[in-house]
Amino acid sequence: MNPIAIHLENLTRDFKTVRAVDALSLDVPPGILFGFLGPNGSGKTTTIRLLLGLLEPSAGKAEVLGFDTRTHADEIRARVGALLEHPGLYERLSAEDNLEFYGRAWRMSASERRARIKELLSNVGLWERRTEQVGTWSRGMKQKLAVARALLHRPQLIFLDEPTAGLDPVAAAALRDDLAALAAQEGATVFLTTHNLTEAEKLCARVAVIRKGKLIAVGHPDELRAKTGGPRVEFVGKGFGESVLAALRARPEVAGVEEQNGRLSVALRGDANAEVAPLVSLIVGAGAQVEEVRKGRASLEEAFLDLVVEEKK
Amino acid sequence: MMVDIWTVMWKEWKELLQARGNRRSSLWMVLMNVGIFGAFMPWQFGLQWLNSLWTVFWMLFVASFWTTNLIADSFAGERERRTLETLLASRLSNRAILLGKYAAALAYVGGQILVSLLLGAVVVSLAHGRGQFLFYRPSVGLGAAGTGLLGAGLVAGLGILISLRAATVRQAQQTLLIPLTIVLILPSFGTLILPADLQARFFQWLVEAEVTTVVLGVLAVLLVIDAALLAGALARFQRAKLILD
Repeated sequence: MNPIAIHLENLTRDFKTVRAVDALSLDVPPGILFGFLGPNGSGKTTTIRLLLGLLEPSAGKAEVLGFDTRTHADEIRARVGALLEHPGLYERLSAEDNLEFYGRAWRMSASERRARIKELLSNVGLWERRTEQVGTWSRGMKQKLAVARALLHRPQLIFLDEPTAGLDPVAAAALRDDLAALAAQEGATVFLTTHNLTEAEKLCARVAVIRKGKLIAVGHPDELRAKTGGPRVEFVGKGFGESVLAALRARPEVAGVEEQNGRLSVALRGDANAEVAPLVSLIVGAGAQVEEVRKGRASLEEAFLDLVVEEKK
Repeated sequence: MMVDIWTVMWKEWKELLQARGNRRSSLWMVLMNVGIFGAFMPWQFGLQWLNSLWTVFWMLFVASFWTTNLIADSFAGERERRTLETLLASRLSNRAILLGKYAAALAYVGGQILVSLLLGAVVVSLAHGRGQFLFYRPSVGLGAAGTGLLGAGLVAGLGILISLRAATVRQAQQTLLIPLTIVLILPSFGTLILPADLQARFFQWLVEAEVTTVVLGVLAVLLVIDAALLAGALARFQRAKLILD
């Protein structure tokens, strides 16, 4: 196994006057689920296209599984699986024929194809519906089939571009479970792009955040949270008016205050052990009622927003 | 490479047979094509169908139009239905994808031409053979099959070049019909605007011309155009260009 699944060195891609990927340098270790996060239009899909050798870099270089994307793109595509922006399924064909085609394309033997198609479709709960035309299916089912297709030839590396985009929460959660289970079973490296932070937090061992094509942070989700978001306290109750918010903002240990639907979120400076009791007294003293207090760290979503906002500034 | 071309052909055929939603209606479409050009037309033309140069031109004309829809759907359809990028991300080479699609279209149209021609001989024999089985004059039979196939190749090559830049199947079909009309229909009607004496000399030449010579001439011209268009399509069919288009 390669010591590094993906190695990027100042990878840059321009489209006329627009720089979609800007001097990206990054290493992805093998065998992990790696999250590539960024807002819409941040360069995630372009990066995947560059890694698959579908586009040539304007500058810098990228190596995937030890192969240079400029010179050995065919070698790369022979070893990876991909679920891109769209499921890319042939809707007139049945689920079985869709997988059969890609199985043939990856030169799997007939017996291997049969066994693998049955295994994957059973794993995602679609085996009983294998002869139906894919065009008649729901988006969630299509997405599951597309994931199965990406795993079909047991690739060493799998690219998943926004796999849960456009799915309802139930279908997205089900697909996330399938993804986690399948990735663990297959032991492959998964490069997952998403702007769904909950998804990244649940699935990924490492994440990178990009904005406008530039890498702004990389690490374990916990490291990113620690780096950007300090401890937080959430108060649930009534009467959190402007006077309460102003009183809190005046405290030296308070970094920020937000109120939404009876929930007061207070970001603290310093360590996670900061005392909460003085804040409760202050809020109650200012005339509000406190029903529940929760201490915790910033979510990855909050950390992500902090990173993106900081970069904007 | 051959295995990969066959894989792409397999997929194209599967899609073709499901083109109208189900296999039965797609088969009806094929039967209708073969019925018109393998039974109705030969029955109408009679013995002329087996001996006349018109059969060669009919097959060239028909094959070209059959290929138009097919090739537009095969290439522009991949983009319109958003399956192109996934296909390009697979291990299949540019050549295998292009040649597989090209060969699938040619085999599909070529198959219909052959069946139509064979059925045509049977129909003419039944209607005019008086118990004898009649067959094509060799230059007409081979010429019709050859020009049909090369005509399909011409439209396929042109269609690939147009479809690679078209956003939708319909756009590709409409754009493809313009040069096709010029190449196939204009010469036919163009002769009618010639001065009367030139027109008469041309038709006289056509009637007196050695069928084999005309057929060989047409085949040679088509072969050169087909080869040039296919070479152009192979040069144009590059992953990076397709993604950017």
